[in-house]
Amino acid sequence: MSQIVVEDLVKVFHVARRTPGLWGSVKGLVKRDWSAIRALDGVGFSIDRGELVGYIGPNGAGKSTTVKILSGILVPDSGRVTVLNCTPWADRIRYVRRIGVVFGQRTQLWWDLPVIESFDLLREIYAIAPDRYRRSRDEVIDTLDLGGVLHTTVRQLSLGQRMRCDLAAALLHEPELLFLDEPTIGLDAVSKLAVREFIGRLNKERGLTVILTTHDMDDIEALCRRVIVIGEGRILSDGTLAALRAGVTRERWLTVDLADDAALTVADPDVRLIRQDGRRVYLAFDPQRVSAPELIARVVRNHAVHDLFVENPPIEAIIARMYGRDASETTPG
Amino acid sequence: MTPYRAVLSSRFRMLLQYRAAALAGIVTQLFFGIVRTMIFDAFYRSSRVQQPIGRDDVVTYIWLGQAFLMLTILDADRDVAEMIRGGNVAYELVKPVDLYWLWFARAVSGRAAPLALRAVPILALAAFWHGLRGPASVTGAILFAVALAGGLLVAASLVAVMTISMVWTISGEGISRLMAPLVFFFSGIVVPLPLFPDWMQRGLAALPFRGLIDTPFRIYIGQLHDASALAALANQAVWIVVLVAAGRIMLARSLRRLVVHGR
Amino acid sequence: MRLKPGSLSLYWRYFDVSLRSQMQHRTSFALSATAHFVVTGAEFLGLVALFQRFGQIRGWELTHMALFYGIISVAFATAEAAARGFDIFPRLIKSGDFDRLLVRPRGAALQVLGQEFQLMRVGRWAQGFLVLGWASWHLHVYRSPANLTLLVLAIAGGACLFAGLFILQATLCFWTTESLEIVNCTTYGGVEAAQFPLTIYRPWFRMFFTFVIPLAAINYFPAQAILGLDDALGSTRTIQWLSPLAGLGFLLICLRCWRSGVRHYTSTGS
Repeated sequence: MSQIVVEDLVKVFHVARRTPGLWGSVKGLVKRDWSAIRALDGVGFSIDRGELVGYIGPNGAGKSTTVKILSGILVPDSGRVTVLNCTPWADRIRYVRRIGVVFGQRTQLWWDLPVIESFDLLREIYAIAPDRYRRSRDEVIDTLDLGGVLHTTVRQLSLGQRMRCDLAAALLHEPELLFLDEPTIGLDAVSKLAVREFIGRLNKERGLTVILTTHDMDDIEALCRRVIVIGEGRILSDGTLAALRAGVTRERWLTVDLADDAALTVADPDVRLIRQDGRRVYLAFDPQRVSAPELIARVVRNHAVHDLFVENPPIEAIIARMYGRDASETTPG
Repeated sequence: MTPYRAVLSSRFRMLLQYRAAALAGIVTQLFFGIVRTMIFDAFYRSSRVQQPIGRDDVVTYIWLGQAFLMLTILDADRDVAEMIRGGNVAYELVKPVDLYWLWFARAVSGRAAPLALRAVPILALAAFWHGLRGPASVTGAILFAVALAGGLLVAASLVAVMTISMVWTISGEGISRLMAPLVFFFSGIVVPLPLFPDWMQRGLAALPFRGLIDTPFRIYIGQLHDASALAALANQAVWIVVLVAAGRIMLARSLRRLVVHGR
Repeated sequence: MRLKPGSLSLYWRYFDVSLRSQMQHRTSFALSATAHFVVTGAEFLGLVALFQRFGQIRGWELTHMALFYGIISVAFATAEAAARGFDIFPRLIKSGDFDRLLVRPRGAALQVLGQEFQLMRVGRWAQGFLVLGWASWHLHVYRSPANLTLLVLAIAGGACLFAGLFILQATLCFWTTESLEIVNCTTYGGVEAAQFPLTIYRPWFRMFFTFVIPLAAINYFPAQAILGLDDALGSTRTIQWLSPLAGLGFLLICLRCWRSGVRHYTSTGS
C-alpha cells in the first residue's frame, strides 16, 4: 500500500543576484537582478508502508526541498503529493501530528532543560494521552539507552547522546512516518553505529516507514535496500542499492603516490588513467576485471611507489557519471 | 596599513548592500526627528524663560542628531561577540595583524557606512521640509567636519572598549549592554545636552560621550566657536587617546591570559 | 491564532520553562533588571529636567505627563516581556528553527510566543509603575475605583497594541529581514510620543496615532476620563471608556497579517 505518492513535483526559487565590487554595491541600491533556481523539476516516486528509503544527492540537488514539501512546511509550485492520504501542506496541523522529523544539525530539545523535561514539554505540544505517553517514553528510553542522561541538561550532552535524544523525542508521539535529515553527521564511529542500529530496528520491528537523507554512503549501505538519487532537481535513479552500484559505481579508484617523477604507464584495458598531478596518479579500475590486490601488485612491480590507497568514487562522482560527464572532471579523494 | 584599509572598505561595501535597511532607517529617523521637533516646539511655546539654547538651534540639533544617529548607537561588535562566546577568539591571533586596530577598523566602518547612507538624505529632507539651517560660519563648518570625524573616532574607541571588555571579563557582555543605553542618553540625542539641568553641565562636560555629537553640533550652531571650539576638539582628542590606550592595555592583558591559560 | 483547549496550558508550560531557565542565572537576571530600571528611570528624569526648565507643555503639567508616561511604560514593558518571542523572531527564521516549529501540530503563533519571556523587562515595568503610582496619588486617581478600572483597561489595551506591533514586525521577517527597523517608529517611537498628551502634535500625526495605530485610544482618551477633563479634541466619555478595546482590535488584525505571512513563507521557502 503506497503511503507516499509524489507526482511531477516542481519548485522554483527566486534569488537576488549580487554584483561584486563597489560599483555593483551602489547599483544594487537601485536595481536588483533576480535569477530563478529550479530546485525541483518534475520529481516523482512512491513509497510503501514499512520501507526504509535512502534519499541521496549532492548539495543543492533538491533533497531538503523535497523533505520540506513532504513535511508540509513548503508548498510546491505544481505537482501532486499524497502522504498518509493527506496533502501535507493543506491541513498542516492534523498531518504533522502523524509524522516525525529529525534535522541532524539542529536539536529540537530545549537547551537549558534536562532531557526528560524536554520530553514532557513535547508531550504537552503533541497532546499525547498520559498512559500512551508513559508507555512510548519508557520504550524509547529503553531502546536508546537514555536512562543515564535523562536528567542531564541538553547543553551538556555529547553530540552522540544528543542525537539519540532527538531520535527519541521524534518518536514520543508514535508517528507513522519518520524523516531523518543527516542523522549521523558529525557523530563519532560508536554513536554512528548505535544510531544506525536503532533506525534499522525501528524499521524492522515497528514497521515504521523511514526516509533517510544523508551524505554518508555507509549509512545507506548499512540500512537502505532502496535508494532514490536526486540531482539538479530530477530523479536520476530509483531502485535497490545493488542496482545503483552495478549500473554506475562498479569502478573503484586507486590513488598512487610515486616515489620519483616518472609517468605511470599502465598498459591495461581494465584500468583508466584519470589524471596525474606531479607524483600523484589517479586510476580508475573495474574490480570485476582486475582485483584491487592484483592491480596494486602490478603497479608496485613496475614503479617505485611511496604510498597508495583504494576508495569508492564519492556520490558526487556517481551523479556526475549519471549525467554522462567524464569522471576526470571530478576530483577524487 | 593595507589589511586595515581592506577591512574598512570591504565592510563598507558589505553594509552598502543593505539598501532596504537603509531606507527603513531613514524613514524611522525622519519620524523621530519630526516627533521630537513637535515636542520641543510645544515646550518652547509654553514658556517665556530664556533657555541656554534657542528653539531654532534645538531643532537644528535634533535634525543633525537624526542624520548622525549612528554615532550614538554603540554596542559591542556582534560578530566578535559571537566568536568570543564560541571560544574562537584565539583564532583571531592567527591573523598577522594587530587585533586592536583590526577591531577598531571594524568599529569605524560599522558606523561610517550606515552614516554615509543615511546622513545625506536626512539632511536634505530636513533642509527642505523643516528649515534646517546652515552652519554658523565657514570656520564653523570646517571645525564641524573635524569634530564629526573626532566623534566617529570617539565612538569607535568606545565600541572597541566594549568589545574588548567581553574578552576581558565574563560579565563583559552585560557591561556593554548596560553601557549602550546610558551612552545613548548622555550623548544628547534624546534631550540635547544644553537643556540638561545646570548643575549637571560640568559633569557632562567631563564625560567622553559629549564628544560624540554634542561637540560637533554646538560648533555647528555657533555656541562653540574659536577658542571654546578648539578646547572641545582638544577634549575629544584627549578622550580618544585615553580610550584607545585603555583598550589596547585591556586587550593585551586579556590576550596574554588567553594565550597562557587558554581562557 | 487557534485557541484550542490545550493552548492555555501549553502557554503556561512555556512560561514555566522560561522562568525556570532564567532563574538559573539569578544574579545575571537581577543585574539586567536593575540596569533596565536605572536606564528607563534616567530617561524619565530627563523629562523631569525638561519640565523644570519649561514649567509646562501647552497647559499640561508634569503630573499629567507622568500619568501618560506611566500607562504607556507599563503597557510596553508588559508587551516586551510577554511577546519577546516575536521580537527575536528574525533569529528564528535565519537559523531555520522556524521550520521545526511548523513541523509540530500547534499553531505557529503560540509556539513563537512561547519561545521566550524576557523577565528582565520587569525593570521598566517597575519604574513605570512607580511613576504611575506617583501620578495617580498626585492626581487623586486612586480615589475612584471606576478610574482605577479604566486605568487597568488602558494598560491592558496598550499591552495588546504593542504585542500586535511586535507580531507585525515579526511578520515583516517573512518578506525581508532588513527593514525591521521601521517598526521602531511605532514601538519605541510610539512610546516616546505617547508620553506626551496628543494635543501637542500636529493634526496628521494625531490622525495616524488614533486611527491607524491607535496609541491615543489606549493612552490619551482613557486618561481624559480618568482625569475628569473635557477633551479638547472632542471625544465623549463613552468613547473614552471604550477606546482601550481598539488595542485588542489592533492585535487581532496583526494576528491576521501574521497568518498570511506564514502562508507566504510556506509557499516561497526561506
